[in-house]
Amino acid sequence: MRLEIKDLHVHYGKIEAIKGVSIVVNEGEIVTLIGANGAGKTTMLKTISGLRPVTSGQILFNGEDISKMPAFKRADLGLSQAPEGRGIFVGMTVLENLEMGKYNRKDRKKEMAEDLEKVYHLFPRLKERAFQAGGTLSGGEQQMLAIGRALMSRPKVLLLDEPSMGLAPLMIQNIFNIITEINKTGVTILLVEQNAQQALQRAHRAYVLEVGNVVKEAKASDLLNDPAVRAAYLGTGAH
Amino acid sequence: MANLKSSLNLRDKGAEYWERSPKWRRVALAIFFIAICYALPFLNNPLVNTPGSDFQSVLFYPVGMYVLMAIGLNIVVGKSGLLDLGYVAFFAIGAYTMAILGTKTSLNFWEILPIGVGLAMLSGVLLGTPTLRLRGDYLAIVTLGFGEIVRIFAVNTDAIGGSRGIAGIPTPPDVFNAKFTILDPKPYYWMLLTFTLLIIWMVRRMAARRPGRAWDAIRQDDDVAQLMGINTRKYKVWAFVLGAAVAGVGGVVYASQILSIVPDQFNLNISILILACVVFGGIGNVWGVILGAVLLAFTPERIRFLSQPRILVFGIALVVMMNLRPDGILPKKKREHFDPDWHTVEESGEGEIK
Repeated sequence: MRLEIKDLHVHYGKIEAIKGVSIVVNEGEIVTLIGANGAGKTTMLKTISGLRPVTSGQILFNGEDISKMPAFKRADLGLSQAPEGRGIFVGMTVLENLEMGKYNRKDRKKEMAEDLEKVYHLFPRLKERAFQAGGTLSGGEQQMLAIGRALMSRPKVLLLDEPSMGLAPLMIQNIFNIITEINKTGVTILLVEQNAQQALQRAHRAYVLEVGNVVKEAKASDLLNDPAVRAAYLGTGAH
Repeated sequence: MANLKSSLNLRDKGAEYWERSPKWRRVALAIFFIAICYALPFLNNPLVNTPGSDFQSVLFYPVGMYVLMAIGLNIVVGKSGLLDLGYVAFFAIGAYTMAILGTKTSLNFWEILPIGVGLAMLSGVLLGTPTLRLRGDYLAIVTLGFGEIVRIFAVNTDAIGGSRGIAGIPTPPDVFNAKFTILDPKPYYWMLLTFTLLIIWMVRRMAARRPGRAWDAIRQDDDVAQLMGINTRKYKVWAFVLGAAVAGVGGVVYASQILSIVPDQFNLNISILILACVVFGGIGNVWGVILGAVLLAFTPERIRFLSQPRILVFGIALVVMMNLRPDGILPKKKREHFDPDWHTVEESGEGEIK
């Protein structure tokens, strides 16, 4: 499953948030979009998953242009997003949240037990908390739940929006380990992050986004050593 | 205070008792309560009598009617989280359908009922499809406008009586031995009660299945619901349309009892009062909503002997209650733990909206 975005423009009212971005995510890759606040990272993901309309440009999912398709249909194609700010259903239990991830799967009854087992294997904490309301979980647990729920739909491409946001360092490490593990099971991942250090260590390739434009595209390991990137995003450029 | 609060926790105690009860006891209790509801018109107790108005009439309107409409509005506001301030419009459309077709054609009540419900649903689709893109306050303003437009349209259209409304609406034909006449509100009450029970049953079945879960997700987070693959617009329009259908039933029945209607009966106050019933009773919980509607409809009648200041007293009582129980009298159960009853969604695809 290849995800390709061609010359994407997105507006909020008159303000152009995405100004002609083109990116490619090849099958099996982890690709990361890094950038400062307001660079348009979250807008990119929302547009790819269909929550924001495109002004112009194409979103090709396995060659098919899905830029006009409503969000709920994109979910059926195998495009799954763990939203920013751990958008979980706080009034539902952990298990119910996970079940929601399967809402539209035709074979949800058959798949349910197997996929729950997979998610619980990745996140044993969720199994312990299965019957607890989502709103009572800690930040890290909510993030696990958001990712676990996205996995329940058996995604081909997983979109992750700032999975490290607001988490303790140890938890960040933990979440990124799991992201790598998910990728090894064959899920293509597009990762949006402010924590450039972690994201660049885990990703295969990376794009640097600045005020709605891609200013740099390279192998993630190269960007880690790029002085300009280090100065701007890794906070170590002065040395 | 804490003690008082936990002893007042009717919701959880009632639910617990119900969940622990074996099936035969549930059936027996249900039959018992339904029988009481049907027997209510014969109740003659100084506590519940309504000096100044006929108790049996009060049972039909406002009590029964408010209960029915509050259950309908609860689908929209309580289940799917859409704030509709123009709910009275659907009630008016049902009532006007009954009035126009009843006076101008030879159709009887039972033939007009499905037409009235159908027209209310159709107007729900027409209003809902374009406006349900809006969220929260914006939706509230648009629906409020719709409610007013329907009323003002009726006032200014001479073909449907203008501000004088329509008189001489026929009563429903007899059912078994029950005669529907202006003098006897009991058959109307029983009919309304029957419709209400059917609607409760229907709503509860839907809420326990996929539509219910979709509404739940939409209410909690519309965007995330879409990411789960839920066609949120479809389910929102459906919630709207089902709510409209219930109000349509109410309108047709109401018109056939009151025999003459004028546009000003369908004013904004009704929408607000029905919404108050839902919020006051406990948003999202059908039993709370029913209790809220009963209290809000009944109290002003009960204290009618106070004449003018009664609405003031009523208002003060509302403010005090909402401070004591901000989630309503019987709020929806806070689901911190697992509720096995609710967990039937994945076992059956029944009740799915296509």
